[in-house]
Amino acid sequence: MIRTYILLAWTWVRASAQYPGSLAMLAIGSFAVNALDVVAIWVIFEHTRSLAGFNRAEVMFLYGTSGLSFALSDMLFGNVDRLSQHIKTGTFDTMLIRPAGAFVQMAVDRFGVHRLGRTIQATVVLAIAMPGLGLSWSRAWMVPLMVLCGIVIFTSIFALGGALQFLLVNAPEVANAFTYGGSTLTQYPLSVYGGELVKGVTFIVPLAFVNWQPALFVLDRPDPFGLPYWLRFAAPLAALALAGAAVLAWRAGIRRYRSTGS
Amino acid sequence: MIEVERVCRSFTVGRRRARRTVHAVQDLSFTVGTGEFVGYLGPNGAGKSTTIKMLTGVLAPTSGRVEVAGLDPTRRRTALARRIGVVFGQRTTLWWDLPLRDSFELIRHLYKVDRTVFRSRLEELTTLLDLAGFMNTPVRQLSLGQRMRGDVTAALLHDPAVLVLDEPTIGLDVVSKAAMREFLRRINAERGTTVLLTTHDLGDIEKLCRRVMLIDHGRLTFDGTLDDLRATAPDEDSIEDVVAHLYTGGSMPRAGEATPP
Repeated sequence: MIRTYILLAWTWVRASAQYPGSLAMLAIGSFAVNALDVVAIWVIFEHTRSLAGFNRAEVMFLYGTSGLSFALSDMLFGNVDRLSQHIKTGTFDTMLIRPAGAFVQMAVDRFGVHRLGRTIQATVVLAIAMPGLGLSWSRAWMVPLMVLCGIVIFTSIFALGGALQFLLVNAPEVANAFTYGGSTLTQYPLSVYGGELVKGVTFIVPLAFVNWQPALFVLDRPDPFGLPYWLRFAAPLAALALAGAAVLAWRAGIRRYRSTGS
Repeated sequence: MIEVERVCRSFTVGRRRARRTVHAVQDLSFTVGTGEFVGYLGPNGAGKSTTIKMLTGVLAPTSGRVEVAGLDPTRRRTALARRIGVVFGQRTTLWWDLPLRDSFELIRHLYKVDRTVFRSRLEELTTLLDLAGFMNTPVRQLSLGQRMRGDVTAALLHDPAVLVLDEPTIGLDVVSKAAMREFLRRINAERGTTVLLTTHDLGDIEKLCRRVMLIDHGRLTFDGTLDDLRATAPDEDSIEDVVAHLYTGGSMPRAGEATPP
């Protein structure tokens, strides 16, 4: 599966390398658009010293971890949300006759290095934020783990959204509310939102585990919503549960697949 | 090699109140033995493509049993992919933006074909299908005839036991068509590849198929040799008329007898 992914990705990279100018423009564009988010955080902290109890470095840390998870997940698997296009044009059929998983083929389709733009931006933000936190190793170990769990959570949501498109071929945007919406939601401390919403993204769509819950541990903060302490370590569990649901949904989707008329 | 037993496939179409069930394939049963060359005929919307998609694992049957090359296509789709070759005449299975050569190289990796075996096979197919002139052209720039030859090559690089062709001569000119038919005949005769072919071109059937199956409204209405097919309507002159006779249940006016306006 990984071999197939790398193989196809490399082929696409070579194909797109024929247009290096366009490649560079896309990468710079994606970097610049996302850099504006950071400008927004900067502007907020020109007017206040804390945002819902978090200082600038902490907010940037939350932004950076969520951004990095989302950027990597989007780069590697985000294409799955184009499923309905592939179904409509019939190209999904051609993926099903090859000896490789349909999910992998979907995810890697038209893979381009320009997708690195956002990943680099998120990494830069995280690199700027981290030294300002004064973390010790006894808490910093959580950082790579939370980014990884974030990747799994976002990827699972992409896959669930893809699976949904087997049913709703004409509504590919439904899932965007959770993927792109989830990415925007987790860019800020969840304490800026209402308690009901936070409970929803903790226990229903587990977006709170992308960065919020583990970050409470990393930053050693009490939970503003008074949720149990152990939830801070529950990110791997939430990620695995969601991934399991995504696998089942994707398989069910493939079984229900109806193809096109011809 | 191909076993289809009491297979049905239905689709629900329309929304809410206008919802109804379409039976694309109903109670379909047939077997195709190793090395056979079978033509699969039927009018538009008869269920040909649906059958092909069930044989290749793209669609799951609603009920019944399908087995191709010893495997259940829906459960063992990727394993089956290594044993069969599929050509959809209407759309390419190649990578649109990649040169033909790169597409083939990718297929070598995906199907895990040994490098030396691959090289000699590609060389053979390049000669037989005359691919040398456009090996480095991206697939999107190929003409239909060139693309079709590329697709057929791609379907055969892993030396499949079964070749499934969905309208492989659609849109081809007379010369390309003849070349494609000759090629398919050779593959079947020399390698013993089992071939199932759907087409609207009865020339394909006459030149290639020893056995013909006819599907209409999702049901198999004829299964036999080309001579048997002709015998069903002895009054008709050409194979076209025989098939038209079968499609319409004998109600279509014959050429020369068309009702005057």
